[in-house]
Amino acid sequence: MANLASEFLGIKSPNPFWLASAPPTDKEYNVRRAFEAGWGGVVWKTLGEDGPPIVNVNGPRYGALYGADRRLLGLNNIELITDRPLDLNLQEIKAVKRDYPDRAMIVSIMVPCEEGAWKSILPKVEETGADGIELNFGCPHGMSERGMGAAVGQVPKYIEMVSRWCKQNTRMPVIVKLTPNITDIRYPARAALKGGADAVSLINTIASIISVNLDTMSPEPSIDGKGSHGGYCGPAVKPIALNMVAQIGNDVETGGLPISGIGGITNWRDAAEYMSLGCGNVQVCTAAMTYGFKIVEEMKSGMSDWMDEKGYNSVSDFIGSALPNVTEWQHLNLNYVAKAKIDQDSCIKCGRCYAACEDTSHQAISINDERVFEVINEECVACNLCVDVCPVENCITMEQMKPGELDTRTGKIVLDEYANWTTHPNNSGACVID
Amino acid sequence: MSNTVSSPGVLSGRLPVSKVNENFSDLHEPFRSHEASVAADRCYFCYDAPCITACPTAIDIPLFIRQIQTNTIDAAAKTIFEQNILGGMCARVCPTETLCEEACVREAAEGKPVEIGRLQRFATDSFMKSGAQPFLREASTGKKIAVIGAGPAGLACAHRLAMHGHDVIIYDAKEKAGGLNEFGIAAYKSTDEFAAKEVEWLLEIGGIDLQLGFELGKNIHLNELVKQFDSVFLGLGLGAVNNLKVSGDDLENVSDAVQFISGLRQADDLTSLRVGREVLVIGGGMTAVDAAVQSKLLGAETVTIAYRRSKDKMGASTYEQELATSNGVVIRENLKPKTIIGNGKVSSVEFERTKQTSEGLTPTGEAIMITADQVFVAIGQALSVNEERLEFAGNKINVSGSGRTSCNGVWAGGDCVSGGEDLTVTAVAQGRDAAEDINLSLMG
Ligand SMILES: Cc1cc2nc3c(=O)[nH]c(=O)nc-3n(C[C@H](O)[C@H](O)[C@H](O)COP(=O)(O)OP(=O)(O)OC[C@H]3O[C@@H](n4cnc5c(N)ncnc54)[C@H](O)[C@@H]3O)c2cc1C
Ligand SMILES: Cc1cc2nc3c(=O)[nH]c(=O)nc-3n(C[C@H](O)[C@H](O)[C@H](O)COP(=O)(O)O)c2cc1C
Ligand code: SF4
Ligand code: SF4
Ligand code: SF4
Repeated sequence: MANLASEFLGIKSPNPFWLASAPPTDKEYNVRRAFEAGWGGVVWKTLGEDGPPIVNVNGPRYGALYGADRRLLGLNNIELITDRPLDLNLQEIKAVKRDYPDRAMIVSIMVPCEEGAWKSILPKVEETGADGIELNFGCPHGMSERGMGAAVGQVPKYIEMVSRWCKQNTRMPVIVKLTPNITDIRYPARAALKGGADAVSLINTIASIISVNLDTMSPEPSIDGKGSHGGYCGPAVKPIALNMVAQIGNDVETGGLPISGIGGITNWRDAAEYMSLGCGNVQVCTAAMTYGFKIVEEMKSGMSDWMDEKGYNSVSDFIGSALPNVTEWQHLNLNYVAKAKIDQDSCIKCGRCYAACEDTSHQAISINDERVFEVINEECVACNLCVDVCPVENCITMEQMKPGELDTRTGKIVLDEYANWTTHPNNSGACVID
Repeated sequence: MSNTVSSPGVLSGRLPVSKVNENFSDLHEPFRSHEASVAADRCYFCYDAPCITACPTAIDIPLFIRQIQTNTIDAAAKTIFEQNILGGMCARVCPTETLCEEACVREAAEGKPVEIGRLQRFATDSFMKSGAQPFLREASTGKKIAVIGAGPAGLACAHRLAMHGHDVIIYDAKEKAGGLNEFGIAAYKSTDEFAAKEVEWLLEIGGIDLQLGFELGKNIHLNELVKQFDSVFLGLGLGAVNNLKVSGDDLENVSDAVQFISGLRQADDLTSLRVGREVLVIGGGMTAVDAAVQSKLLGAETVTIAYRRSKDKMGASTYEQELATSNGVVIRENLKPKTIIGNGKVSSVEFERTKQTSEGLTPTGEAIMITADQVFVAIGQALSVNEERLEFAGNKINVSGSGRTSCNGVWAGGDCVSGGEDLTVTAVAQGRDAAEDINLSLMG
């Protein structure tokens, strides 16, 4: 069995699956049970400064986006940081870390943007024996109205400044948690690096209105007829997060900066994808909130079996392996030609591929009286839409054409050599190589 | 009552009331709304969906299921009623396993089709419960049409004609409307007086005058009707039953299955019905299965269906056969009835074993006896009307196009005409299509 042990910023955990800072990590009871269930580490629910605790709404704080059969695809929340007293949290963190020394214990913090506030909380956190801290610069709702969370995370120079204060005032490793609610994720990541942060984690939730109640005309979750934008997470946000992870990994400045991947991770495969794009470990929130702590068993067995199958001995063997293959569009091989192919034995004749291609794409699928669906190679541009809409996995596949074959759509012979847009004759800016 | 399942003779009250009520409750429980939304989510919204093609009334199934998915149940019901105003009954009685659900692509994919029938029932029940009408009657055209027969064919025809603003009179020989929906369909498929309620609901569109106790060939006549009305539609069904024509068929406790079922459907108290201890049903269609299953549910100790050909030739679908066997009915194949034996009352039936050869069904000479104290004959129904103005094809009325008979101004549809399976849904389709054709010919 492959070894799932993980080391992130020198912090060891038996596996790379951590629980993200959120309700699952809000108290001792939860975290103990999470560790018993097998989670490798936790990022404790974000602590605020000492004083009267935060208050939350007393009505619904979550809203959902569903797929078929009410499968939860996206979750939105208007919850704030922990609403329990600072001292209580600190005591509990200390007790849990003492009993689970082999698990990672990171403490998430969000205090006002003043050096004094950070100076005052950091020693208290350090005193718990925690392994590191995560700066919550991400929360897009509520706290941001008070100049914290995303309000800091959206201004790179604040990120740099707070990161620096933290590095100067604690020996614990500092992880900066990034908000996706910006135009280019590389700017806040670069700022964190400049400020001396040891790592970034991403993404926090995306500013969102999950739905509108058409009877009351209130956004959901609705509090007395009104709703506020919330933070969006769950399976639906994974593609956004993966892209941001890859952007940071491939950036000349931030490349190599350790990343803890977050956003929609639901099973081992999601986790492996994040890690293949360079994340040293991953954090999970919504999947645990949907299915409970037990999912980590599937994540462990799944990743371990896959590693065995691929011959990876440790997670570091595949971390970042997909990163070099993330490139810009202009470098994609335009001589790569494929055609869709329908496997008639597995086709159930639903006609979805036909409707999609005929109505909205390239009229490249034919239907006959027996409802046999076939790809018309002369028309197929290999867009993949039919593959995406077919309900039967692997029923439609994309078959690469071999060099020397005739592409009947273009009338051209498929070439062996690589050629991209930068040298394409239609590109007026192309530099022709002699 | 002291009678039990094993008491000898043809007796009432073999089972306690509570047991009988349980036996005759809904064959398929109606969906609760959670179940309906889970079931609806399985539909792929197929292109040119094969389920639509397989539905004789061509209901837009993917559309109505999508409307259930988006929680617009009334819109779903309207999609159904647009094509099939008896969508409520069809949802209960259609052999979906040989129609839409057989064609569903998820049957091909997983052997588990989308449960179209139950979803249809969910939508139509919900709509009908609200008491609303899906369609309004257009302004009166002043045209008068006579519809003979208030079965599914006649009702569908009358409703569609009324929608177009025509004045319709329905004549039916019986004391109650509904045709076989009321008198034939197995009791556990149409519970809670659904057939009668559906007729009442459907007539609320207005413009339809229901006249019961009028029998074509007796107190009304086709040659007069064609003079009095702008058009005539015949939805007569198959009123007569085929006779067994073997000796002993006149013995006591030998009767026709359709009559037994009709008595059962009209009974106020099912425990008052008399049923044998050893029941034998001769036949192989849906009627044979229904008579057999319902005998068993009334408390017969053994029930046997004897069919002269092999099982795969039975008119009853595999699903219906399984329904019978799962209720404890024994199906015996290749048995041709020879003589019904008994002294006053039937006591057994002698069969001869048959086998399928290249010359067809051939007797083998082997005699088989089956003891029985009650015998039901279910070997098919026949047209009971003989109008010389009409042309026949075999023993059914010959029609062309959308139900045009050989007689000018007279249309026909449902079981009484040639073409199409003898099913409720086929009768509805033919009645509806004839109405459209009548409308066109009158207004066109
Ligand atoms: C026992 C049994 C079970 C069945 N089960 C099913 C089932 O589960 N699912 C299914 O789809 N189909 C089933 N069928 C078939 C289905 O009931 C028929 O196909 C359908 O009812 C035909 O409709 P129709 O309108 O043509 O005729 P009918 O329903 O027979 O209606 C004909 C009407 O015309 C009236 N009539 C007849 N002669 C005259 C006359 N001379 N003058 C005036 N009125 C007249 C009758 O009183 C009757 O009301 C079953 C049939 C039987 C016998
Ligand atoms: C109800 C809720 C509360 C959250 N609270 C915090 C928080 O206090 N601090 C924080 O850094 N992130 C918070 N998050 C964000 C999560 O840690 C995580 O970044 C995000 O949900 C994306 O991961 P997921 O798709 O696995 O849920 C919260 C998320 C949810 C759903
Ligand atoms: S790949 Fe695109 S163009 Fe080709 S058949 Fe599929 S949908 Fe049509
Ligand atoms: S979408 Fe897939 S299953 Fe459906 S018809 Fe096309 S190839 Fe067949
Ligand atoms: S065939 Fe099945 S999946 Fe396709 S539209 Fe009909 S009910 Fe839906």
